[in-house]
Amino acid sequence: MYNFDVEKPTSVADAVKALSRDEAQPLSGGQTLIPTLKARLAMPSVLVSLSGIREMQGVRLADDGRLCIGGGTIHRAVAEEAKPHYPGLASLAARIGDPAVRNRGTIGGSVANNDPSACYPAGVLASGATIVTNSREIEADDFFQGMFSTALEEGEIITEVKFPVPEKARYEKFIQPASRFPLVAAFVAKFSDGVRVAVTGASENGVFRWTEAETALSANFSAKALEGLTLDGGSMISDLHGSGAYRAHLVGVMTKRAVLDLV
Amino acid sequence: MTQVKMTVNGKAASGDVEGRTLLASFLRESLGLTGTHIGCDTSQCGACLVHVNGEAIKACTMLAVEAEGADVKTIESMANADGSLNVIQQAFQDHHGLQCGFCTPGMIMSASALLKDNPKPTEAEVRHYLDGNICRCTGYHNIVKAIMAASGQDVSALAAE
Amino acid sequence: MPKDGGIGASSKRREDVRFLTGEGNYTDDINLRGQAYVFFLRSDIAHGTLNSVDTSAAESMPGVVKIFTGADFTEVGSIPCGWQVTDRHGEVMQEPRHPVLAFGKVRHVGEPIAAVVAETLGQARDAAEAINVDISELPAVIDMKQAVKEGAPKVHDDLTSNLCYDWGFVEENKAAVDKAFEDAHHVTTLELVNNRLVANPMEPRVAVGDYSRGTGDHTLYTTSQNPHVIRLLMGAFVLGIPEHKLRVVAPDVGGGFGTKIFHYQEEAFCTFAAKACNRPVKWTSSRSEAFMSDAHGRDHVTKIQMALDADNNFTALRTDTYANMGAYLSTFAPSVPTWLHGTLMAGNYKTPLIYVNVKAVFTNTVPVDAYRGAGRPEATYQLERLVDKCAHELGVDPIALRRQNFITEFPYATPVAVEYDTGDYVATMDKLEEIADISGFEARRKESEAKGKLRGFGVNCYIEACGIAPSNLVGQLGARAGLYESATVRVNATGGLVVMTGSHSHGQGHETAFPQVIAEMIGIDESMIEIVHGDTANTPMGMGTYGSRSLAVGGSAMVRATEKIIAKAKKIASHLLEASEGDIELKDGAFSVAGTDKSVAWGDVTLAAYVPHNYPLEDIEPGLEETAFYDPSNFTYPSGAYACEVELDPETGHVTIERFAAADDFGNIVNPMIVSGQVHGGIAQGIGQALMENCSYDSEGQLLSASYMDYAMPRASDLPFYTVDHSCQTPCTHNPLGVKGCGEAGAIGSPPAVVNAVLDAMRSGGKSVDHIDMPVTPQRVWAAMNG
Repeated sequence: MYNFDVEKPTSVADAVKALSRDEAQPLSGGQTLIPTLKARLAMPSVLVSLSGIREMQGVRLADDGRLCIGGGTIHRAVAEEAKPHYPGLASLAARIGDPAVRNRGTIGGSVANNDPSACYPAGVLASGATIVTNSREIEADDFFQGMFSTALEEGEIITEVKFPVPEKARYEKFIQPASRFPLVAAFVAKFSDGVRVAVTGASENGVFRWTEAETALSANFSAKALEGLTLDGGSMISDLHGSGAYRAHLVGVMTKRAVLDLV
Repeated sequence: MTQVKMTVNGKAASGDVEGRTLLASFLRESLGLTGTHIGCDTSQCGACLVHVNGEAIKACTMLAVEAEGADVKTIESMANADGSLNVIQQAFQDHHGLQCGFCTPGMIMSASALLKDNPKPTEAEVRHYLDGNICRCTGYHNIVKAIMAASGQDVSALAAE
Repeated sequence: MPKDGGIGASSKRREDVRFLTGEGNYTDDINLRGQAYVFFLRSDIAHGTLNSVDTSAAESMPGVVKIFTGADFTEVGSIPCGWQVTDRHGEVMQEPRHPVLAFGKVRHVGEPIAAVVAETLGQARDAAEAINVDISELPAVIDMKQAVKEGAPKVHDDLTSNLCYDWGFVEENKAAVDKAFEDAHHVTTLELVNNRLVANPMEPRVAVGDYSRGTGDHTLYTTSQNPHVIRLLMGAFVLGIPEHKLRVVAPDVGGGFGTKIFHYQEEAFCTFAAKACNRPVKWTSSRSEAFMSDAHGRDHVTKIQMALDADNNFTALRTDTYANMGAYLSTFAPSVPTWLHGTLMAGNYKTPLIYVNVKAVFTNTVPVDAYRGAGRPEATYQLERLVDKCAHELGVDPIALRRQNFITEFPYATPVAVEYDTGDYVATMDKLEEIADISGFEARRKESEAKGKLRGFGVNCYIEACGIAPSNLVGQLGARAGLYESATVRVNATGGLVVMTGSHSHGQGHETAFPQVIAEMIGIDESMIEIVHGDTANTPMGMGTYGSRSLAVGGSAMVRATEKIIAKAKKIASHLLEASEGDIELKDGAFSVAGTDKSVAWGDVTLAAYVPHNYPLEDIEPGLEETAFYDPSNFTYPSGAYACEVELDPETGHVTIERFAAADDFGNIVNPMIVSGQVHGGIAQGIGQALMENCSYDSEGQLLSASYMDYAMPRASDLPFYTVDHSCQTPCTHNPLGVKGCGEAGAIGSPPAVVNAVLDAMRSGGKSVDHIDMPVTPQRVWAAMNG
């Protein structure tokens, strides 16, 4: 790692101030960022640790029925505390990485990073969640803008993510055997007014909604509805672990399995 | 350099660190607690696993300054007060759950965190919990067996030798 | 009743206590006063002309002690190769110079170009980034068959080509083998790849060099399986340090699996730099660095053929293999595809005619050398995949075809120059059929099918050769070393023993198992015996631990030394008992006079040896310490039969191992618990090779699987409990313990069973394919199912 200063604000306001320093970068658990720094792939002058900001932690059910998760909430807390309210999302959180990663990694960190193979973006996008920052609210559909790219401005912090709770939801993932990240994963959320399907791990453009599957499932929520639907392998990630065509195929399988689990 | 203070294995510990100093390096180099090992640089092998405020954490993926004020436990604190092996350590010896010993501290710390949350895990639960701990020697057979035995389960019928 | 001590007891491992409490002493735990840290600047280009290395800006960076480049090492020797292979035309192999730091050219990604010694590792790495390296990139040669084509870019300009050697074995048999193929009733042909692997012991390599100006003594602490070998190779061939001024210490070592046998540049560098900087110099490999600097394993591309007669008897076997050497010859690299591979091609079968051709090839990749099994897994994989393919082509049961062709009489001289002393392949196959519960397979297959899955069953046999020997033979085969082992047994006055062994334990449990042998011989408690290993300063010259040789060779040396101890102790006892030496018997730790009740305890004899008041000083010297060197007369030949049951998800191609059974014949067994553990670990590595692990380069020589993010290490959730059995025991006839070797069997014997099972599962799903290459990843299975 290159050397850097570390700031440890205890409020969002102080964090925002700290992030205004030159080459400052937020550290929100660091389970991806620290390995990246070790490989010297980033060179921040100051890291602003968000782990000590209490107002950014916790899981609560808001009056409007949305499940609100503080941006600094670790995966393990979501796995446990979201379970009674949104079991599909809790189950996603319970399967991120490994137990030690879940004790340190946060939802805000994962969503802000938008790794094309991360789990959370699929849950956030399929739920139609709202990403709350220190300065505004951003709809999930507007937030994810391609691999490692989001609507966040420089120095903007995810303070909370608000999840509409679907009638039922399921996250199916097929792991890449080395990294244990998803090779492909699909999150299917069935709301009273329709179905949303988000896919991670597969696309060159990061997490995306599979709209054809959404339309089909909204009309008929069954595995049969997915028959004949295919994705173009050409826009999918192709690497050591899977060709684009294989990933495109797996999207169909994972989506189908999520639906089968829910019907 | 910044001074950090924390409690390590029940004792106050402090030292001067850079921002980039990892908790694992602080434990190994500043405190001489070399039982915490470093086996990779991508946060996957788990040889560096310690407990921070009672939770399993990879010490190679946490900055030392982020552990300011924390209660840290390492492998060096796991034996019984009289120096004898604790239940998990003893089960690892009884069931040959280690060979070269390099991943072992992380395995013990991980097993201890598992059994705290789940006192009687199934084989599948043990195997999945160990997703962040890589062992190259044992094929995991005897590690899984040892952890189940440490939880008080009868492992004699689990698998033929 | 299980024994509670001695040979055959599952004694708990004494070394565990320090490892379980964090008190192990691994090389990276060693920190010397005044130590500086080294960071190696490594090539990120696979092949290029190294025009210049400008360190001027880096030298003034904070904390920098000294920066070294290839120019600083032109006066030292080449990193040596320990084995010279002679090819089928009688020519010796092409052997390139292997510099400590690259000079003139870079030849693989990861090759060290410069080394920065600084006060901290962070500062060393910071400064390394300020070094300006000018490389003119050259076309890289990665694919072996392309590399040997006329006009291919040369990895080494001073060699005639990229072909290291073209080895034929047994060359005199070639014509007869070809004739047998012409006469064959049936010929089965198979082309396959033995995938390149990275050994990945969990402890990365570390080296700490130290030097005393006061005494002129060098010390190297290193993660090695064989400290004496490092002392000899580095001292004599690279740095020119006489052995009496060089101490090499390999303390607790966190696994080796072969990759810590070899002498590496970093060891020579730290030893050299400690003197040049006049302070200790430490290097700790990161895992990502290990992927591009530890010797890799396997990487063979093979075409193999079997000829059969009308009765399905194997009549001849021939095989053509391209073996990747990487960019340089690592310590034992040339021996792996030849003497450790060709000699095993008979396997468990009485095939009368065999011819093996191996072309070893230089490429712009990390050097390739021995990895757990080394040559034997490659031989076993080819042969056992081929036999399965024969069975399917002929429509016969794969087990029956194997049984029909088993060698059943021993000793058996194979057509590939080795003689199997003992074995019982029928017995291990019988045992396998029992423990694998073959009769229950169809019911289990139906259960899988009810879940929408396919289930497959595969078997294979294996033969392996451990404790490669004797020295006079291996010398003729090209080894530049002897392959004996040593032990000094020192008995203390109060009866305790210390064994100083040339074997090295890095997970194998020598500290527990070796005392069991001596406890049995003398009849004393194991706790009275301590094992010392890993330090050239206090152990006799030994060749270390690899090739499953520790107990068969090192243990035999220990037995020989202990026999000398007992012989001398009997002399002392006969004096104390005033009896004739020939009447003295040793039992349960006491010497007695046959046919009388006169006896003297072990401790009284040892005390007399060191307090020789009542002692036959005119006949024998005081003291009780003996050394033996043991050079075996032959290899030992463990064998066995393995079975694997897989479940295959036809939608995703994902394969899971549902059951795995291993029936091994290791001869006599000292500690069954440790033996089982060795087999478990080997099986996991074999399953890893078969399903997950793959070291992959792109066509430009960039390493794609360069960390645990892309190199799939098997985890607990990827593996089942294994059923292992070693009750079939045909003792080795030529070592005093009757032991064979158990360290590599699991890795040798498992990959073909896994692949055979996957193909069986695919067939049950209506998809019959001849072969699928390892690793059998979900994508490959899916592609094969849908191809």
